[in-house]
Amino acid sequence: MIVRISDDAAALACGADAVAAAFEAAGQPVQRVSSWGMHWLEPIVDVDGVGYARATVALVPAILAGTAETIGAIASYPFIARQTRLTFARAGKTRPLSLDDYAATGGWVGLAAARARGPAETLETVLQSGLRGRGGAGFPTGIKWKTVAAAAADRRYIVCNADEGDSGTFADRMVMEGDPFMLIEGMAIAAHAVAAGKGYIYIRSEYPHAIAKMEAAIGLAAPIVAPFEVEVRVGAGAYVCGEETSLLNSLEGKRGEVRAKPPLPAHEGLFGRPTVINNVLTLAAVPWIMANGAHAYADFGMGRSRGTIPIQLAGNIRHGGLFETAFGISLGELVRDIGGGTVSGRPVRAVQVGGPLGAYHPPSQFDLAFDYETFAESDGLIGHAGIVVFDDSVDMAQQARFAMAFCAIESCGKCTPCRLGSTRGVETLDQIIAGKNVEANLALIADLSETMKFGSLCALGGFTPYPVMSAIRHFPEDFRHHSQTQGLAA
Amino acid sequence: MGAEDRLTTILNRHRGREGALLPILHDVQAGFGHVSETAVRAIADDLNLTRAEVHGVVTFYHDFRAEKLDRPCIKLCEAEACQARGVAELRVLADAQSRVRVEPIYCLGLCSIGPAAMVGHDVHARLDVGSFAALIAGQQ
Repeated sequence: MIVRISDDAAALACGADAVAAAFEAAGQPVQRVSSWGMHWLEPIVDVDGVGYARATVALVPAILAGTAETIGAIASYPFIARQTRLTFARAGKTRPLSLDDYAATGGWVGLAAARARGPAETLETVLQSGLRGRGGAGFPTGIKWKTVAAAAADRRYIVCNADEGDSGTFADRMVMEGDPFMLIEGMAIAAHAVAAGKGYIYIRSEYPHAIAKMEAAIGLAAPIVAPFEVEVRVGAGAYVCGEETSLLNSLEGKRGEVRAKPPLPAHEGLFGRPTVINNVLTLAAVPWIMANGAHAYADFGMGRSRGTIPIQLAGNIRHGGLFETAFGISLGELVRDIGGGTVSGRPVRAVQVGGPLGAYHPPSQFDLAFDYETFAESDGLIGHAGIVVFDDSVDMAQQARFAMAFCAIESCGKCTPCRLGSTRGVETLDQIIAGKNVEANLALIADLSETMKFGSLCALGGFTPYPVMSAIRHFPEDFRHHSQTQGLAA
Repeated sequence: MGAEDRLTTILNRHRGREGALLPILHDVQAGFGHVSETAVRAIADDLNLTRAEVHGVVTFYHDFRAEKLDRPCIKLCEAEACQARGVAELRVLADAQSRVRVEPIYCLGLCSIGPAAMVGHDVHARLDVGSFAALIAGQQ
């Protein structure tokens, strides 16, 4: 009998360690594996492929005796069976730090293919796959890599952006905690393609478990990826460092202030050298592409969004977790059919897609297809593919205020529209919430949002208007009911 | 080992590293509980930076503190996903006591099982008023 329990932070936060210890105490060894991504069922105990959900220490004897209630074969559970898992193919199945498990499940095949075919063909494969930056910007990865490869330099860098600060996202964390060798392999392929000798993974300090796993994995994989070297660097609690130029400054030991572009990091990045800077999910997709071919990957998806996207279902949702699927699935299918609606049981009122800088969508937009261009056309963004669901108890004026307040807390201070605009935005929204000069202040917010959108150096100030203006556009009643009550009294 | 020796040990550990300032500051914060004015001077001297440059970096990042905390600290996620799952109630509870410092943190990546909090490296999810009160009470 093989018992598997995840040691992903989501499982740990739900009590997985105590359950695992109870099995060990009963004489049953436990394999600590990655997470299936069905977080609402954690901790999940996997006994020879059969799952026991929300396990507790008290439930352990019944599980061992085979009398506990089961969810059946985990791999065929509907939430898992409906997915197309390329990046998360190993999720729930392998021990994160086992080189044997990794090699037995297709690990290092992509790197071997890249080495056999050479840098030029590797670059072409990544380009042809249609892979775009999964951090949110959606820039074609192959073009970025080719730019770095073509830049004249004494040395080049690979930087992995693991500063996953968006609320509603955890896919990067799951890759690093659950399948760290895949990320290292992706970075090694990038290094081979652009002739880089050193790679950095910049991980946020809020992810101590991911940091520990990545550092251990780097030590184990060092001989395999040599002479390429990888090192973890830890962030220090600044959301803005998820912006690539700010991240590069932070890596250099400076304040995490945004740099003006140009020069692009591909030309002058880390320490002024040509640098590939990609999100975790972008680099993690590369081993599969190299192993299975560009066309196999590009066969998934819609329009110019090719391949799969690991979507994170979060917030007030019944079935929260990781859902990897081809681009093109509708927002409503994700929230209602797969997510099962709200966990509170109340009606869904708003869904924020793409993190704190993403738009709020009402259920009337649930036919939107998950695709970079489709969301852009509807004044939204996919971002890092986090979906946060709110029920009808949400006050959208408060959510708009929070978006401005968050921008004010996290602004690096380099550019005026973001640094001052966010604070003026909070003040103006406070006026609106207090019912003072509501129409005039709403016009002011619209004007301020234009200034921030087009005048900010980076996406922090530039995209904060998305949640603010979408809340005002789709939920106007939340901004005006204050004026009807308090305004009349004044 | 005295404070000065411990600081020297940290500086020696990172000698020759590219962009060593953040790793040094993390070690100082972890080892001393804060980044003191004395430490800023020593680091600046060692890295051939001005004190202003080091001070600018220390104050930019939320993780580095000028003063030691005088109380235990819980980091409570108050970002959108935990807002959607009712963290506001927990904030009310946190503000009604002063024995434990409850700092807001913007996202622990536990967005499907919030409200979530972290104490040291221990993570807690599915918090409600009862379990959060117990978490606060359990801090020495």
